[in-house]
Amino acid sequence: MAAHAIFFYFFSIVAVISAIMVTVSKNTVHSVFFLILDFISISCLFIMIGAEFLGMIMLIVYVGAVAVLFLFVVMMLNVAQQQNQWFNSKENSGHIPIGLIISTIIFFELIIVVGGWKYKPELLDPNTNQLSNEISNTHSLGQVLYTDYIHVFQISGMILLVAMIGAIVLTYRRRAGVKTQSYLKQISRERSEGIEVLEVSSNKGVKIDD
Amino acid sequence: MTDIGLGHYLTLGAVIFSIGVIGIFLNRKNIIVILMSIELILLAVNINLVAFSIYLGDLTGQVFTLFILTVAAAEAAIGLAIIVVYYRNAGTIRVEEIDKLKG
Repeated sequence: MAAHAIFFYFFSIVAVISAIMVTVSKNTVHSVFFLILDFISISCLFIMIGAEFLGMIMLIVYVGAVAVLFLFVVMMLNVAQQQNQWFNSKENSGHIPIGLIISTIIFFELIIVVGGWKYKPELLDPNTNQLSNEISNTHSLGQVLYTDYIHVFQISGMILLVAMIGAIVLTYRRRAGVKTQSYLKQISRERSEGIEVLEVSSNKGVKIDD
Repeated sequence: MTDIGLGHYLTLGAVIFSIGVIGIFLNRKNIIVILMSIELILLAVNINLVAFSIYLGDLTGQVFTLFILTVAAAEAAIGLAIIVVYYRNAGTIRVEEIDKLKG
């Protein structure tokens, strides 16, 4: 139990500090690196309390895809050198106290909810989807995900497809003056515009390229 | 103190959620950091769902964490595409200078 506590406090302190550094660091690239650190420590927490599959998926999806996507965009847009000016900007600095107040209120509301939580005993014995110790976490997730939640699973696949198409459509740019293949032009060629049959009189030959 | 329960994980989720909200309100640099704050908020929600799932012994929370992960990835891709298009058109993604919708 003590090891659990030590690892929990270590990973959660790392997660909180890196979350703070994501919001306050001056360089956007550093923010992305701290975001990666945050995801890694949270997925360590997930693995620690027994959700191994989700921890690994968090590593793959967030660190491997989302954070790398952020890095690509930050480097592509050349915004890494723009300095963070939210401490000393003259205009719009009225956002800062209001934001702090609202965030503090949200935090204390969440803490009040957590502190005042009392379980009804009949909520503690769920009759569906119970965790079992006989099969692994991935096995039990797969048993539920592909049977009870198959429609939601399909819909999430559709969400990914729509996101992919949307990202391609948004960022696609048609450049002028670039030679590309036109399938429609290729397959709609007729014989009459392609070849020509000529009567060749003897000893005169044919002039081809006119 | 050494007995880690559900409340500890919920508190961690609350802290990260609040940091994400602070990041959205305070950031004046560029809109990419705001997207990262949204990712932090979704991460806090995931922490809450997984903690409830483990401590209440119900697998449904982990299933929904998977779906939140999917939606977060889609949202990051679309948001970054919009940012790239906006940067190409306007030349800046500073939050103060994005005021085309101001009437």
